[in-house]
Amino acid sequence: MKKGRFGDFGGQYVPETLMNELIRLEEAYEHYKNDPAFTEELTALLNGYAGRPSLLYPAEKMTADLGGAKVFIKREDLNHTGSHKINNVLGQVLLAKKMGKTRVIAETGAGQHGVATATAAALLGLECEVFMGKIDCDRQRLNVYRMELLGARVHPVESGSQVLKDAVNETMREWAGRVDDTHYVLGSVMGPHPFPTIVRDFQSVISKEARAQILEMDGRLPDAVLACVGGGSNAMGMFYHFIGDEQVRLIGCEAAGKGIETGQHAATIAKGSLGVFHGMKSLFCQNEYGQIEEVYSISAGLDYPGIGPEHAYLHETGRAQYVPVTDEEAVSAFEYLARTEGIICAIESAHAVAHARKIVPEMSPDQSVIICLSGRGDKDVAAIARYRGINLHD
Amino acid sequence: MKYKTIKNAFDHGKAFIPFITAGDPDLESTKEFILAMEKAGADLAEIGIPFSDPIAEGIVIQEADIRALASGTTTDKIFEMVEELRRKTDMPLVFMGYLNPVFHYGYERFFARCEQVGISGVIIPDLPFEEKDECAEIAAAHGVDVISMIAPTSEDRIKAIASDARGFLYVVSSMGVTGVRSEIKTDLASILEAIRQATDLPAGIGFGINTPQQAADMARLADAVIVGSAIVRIIAEHGKEAAPYISDYVGKMKDAIRSIH
Repeated sequence: MKKGRFGDFGGQYVPETLMNELIRLEEAYEHYKNDPAFTEELTALLNGYAGRPSLLYPAEKMTADLGGAKVFIKREDLNHTGSHKINNVLGQVLLAKKMGKTRVIAETGAGQHGVATATAAALLGLECEVFMGKIDCDRQRLNVYRMELLGARVHPVESGSQVLKDAVNETMREWAGRVDDTHYVLGSVMGPHPFPTIVRDFQSVISKEARAQILEMDGRLPDAVLACVGGGSNAMGMFYHFIGDEQVRLIGCEAAGKGIETGQHAATIAKGSLGVFHGMKSLFCQNEYGQIEEVYSISAGLDYPGIGPEHAYLHETGRAQYVPVTDEEAVSAFEYLARTEGIICAIESAHAVAHARKIVPEMSPDQSVIICLSGRGDKDVAAIARYRGINLHD
Repeated sequence: MKYKTIKNAFDHGKAFIPFITAGDPDLESTKEFILAMEKAGADLAEIGIPFSDPIAEGIVIQEADIRALASGTTTDKIFEMVEELRRKTDMPLVFMGYLNPVFHYGYERFFARCEQVGISGVIIPDLPFEEKDECAEIAAAHGVDVISMIAPTSEDRIKAIASDARGFLYVVSSMGVTGVRSEIKTDLASILEAIRQATDLPAGIGFGINTPQQAADMARLADAVIVGSAIVRIIAEHGKEAAPYISDYVGKMKDAIRSIH
């Protein structure tokens, strides 16, 4: 495969101003990923600060209730800052520091990636500025304040539709204006090369651990692994070390919002088409003239009109399967997991739980599945209550 | 009918290249504005194809894109507008647009239409040197130049970009996005020097240029001065009535560079 490409997907479709910086980033990454001192330092941070390895939890009550395959849950929600985002962020901020950068910038949707970036920047002593759509800022005021507590400056993005894709636009604009001392900590397996590869590598710790853990606990590989997909970082992390195990089905769960036929969804694989946007060739929700469409999901973290190029490739080759999950199914799964296992998960992760509820009963008890629980759900409680018609005062 | 091409824009000394977004505030006005700019001395017009997410643009052109899309502007309607414009002018015309609308239209179909209506070049800010193979060949087969851009950060890349370039070189004056700037700090003289060592093609400077004084300063360094946001700002203020104001502004800018050799 061509450098920076996954089949025909990927590439580096960015303004010339950023090209030398991307080349420098790639060189630095290629150097440090093979540098034992760097990997040792990163592992120490992941284990000693973020709380890795994360648990592989046998969900026995859910298994008994669904009456099919054994269910295991990879508990990324137990990481410091409450989601898988910290895996990538610690890697990138450490890399930025090695590159001599003194400032990091990041986009954020719901605020999870912004909080993680602000956290790593505070820990490693870098200046941090986060770009967040104005609408998302209003929806997630707690996370805005959280980032400010961590010493970051949050810029509400008022251009375009004022959500995640606009936050990415604005962070790219900011980066093009100031690259010398600044690294852009991209939050998902998207954007121009080398970001999809860097983010995947830093997130692949999820499947590296999970593969060893399930072999240890169950004596065999799982029959399926499931993860939610927006840009696709937790899913790539969960899939990566299973890609070579052909008997393991890889299932990505997309946000179908109010239903993929309603026009109010973020189901890029189901409804998107080939395009070039945010630095990459991949699949996007767009109109007949290639204008990027506004997408919708109850989950701010899946509310993105594109998908990482490696997912587009795994879809095209048939190695991974992508399924749509509606708001209603995700909210039910959110409530189900809370009641059944005593775990309040992120509404993003609930999309994967929802699909597991559909397929597990049809599997046999000697089979198993792993659900990647990408984050915890504290941030979503008010929104879920609202969805159910209950207005909480915050 | 044979239309003038990029090369002709440089026939009479330093060129003035204005940019406007097609369909801002509507396509009828765009036609009128281009004719007014030609009359006022513009040597080549850069017509923006609006995009939902223009990542290289500052707020002025972002808002123009939003206005244009809101008025129902599409790639097909822009081609029709240029077709109508061609009944009144043979001036050199290029498109400026992001890759996705071009890709989605289909490269063959897009560049064939360009050839038909006399668009002699395209500037695609999110198509760097490494990705030019996307469409450079198809464009060339239809006689359309894919214009290469050079940025303040290009450094060692200038030689490769310039020696492979067609039409003219678009030199980005400053870091960041489009938009007027009070001061341009980049060492443009050494960038232009590096370009001249690699190619005989003309080079134009764009991004941030606003005043006649800045235009004159840039014209001393380069073969063309490219101005976008300052003109789009006039349209934002005066809407459909902007033609005389644009005309006045373009006239002043052209006057400022006319005497420079």
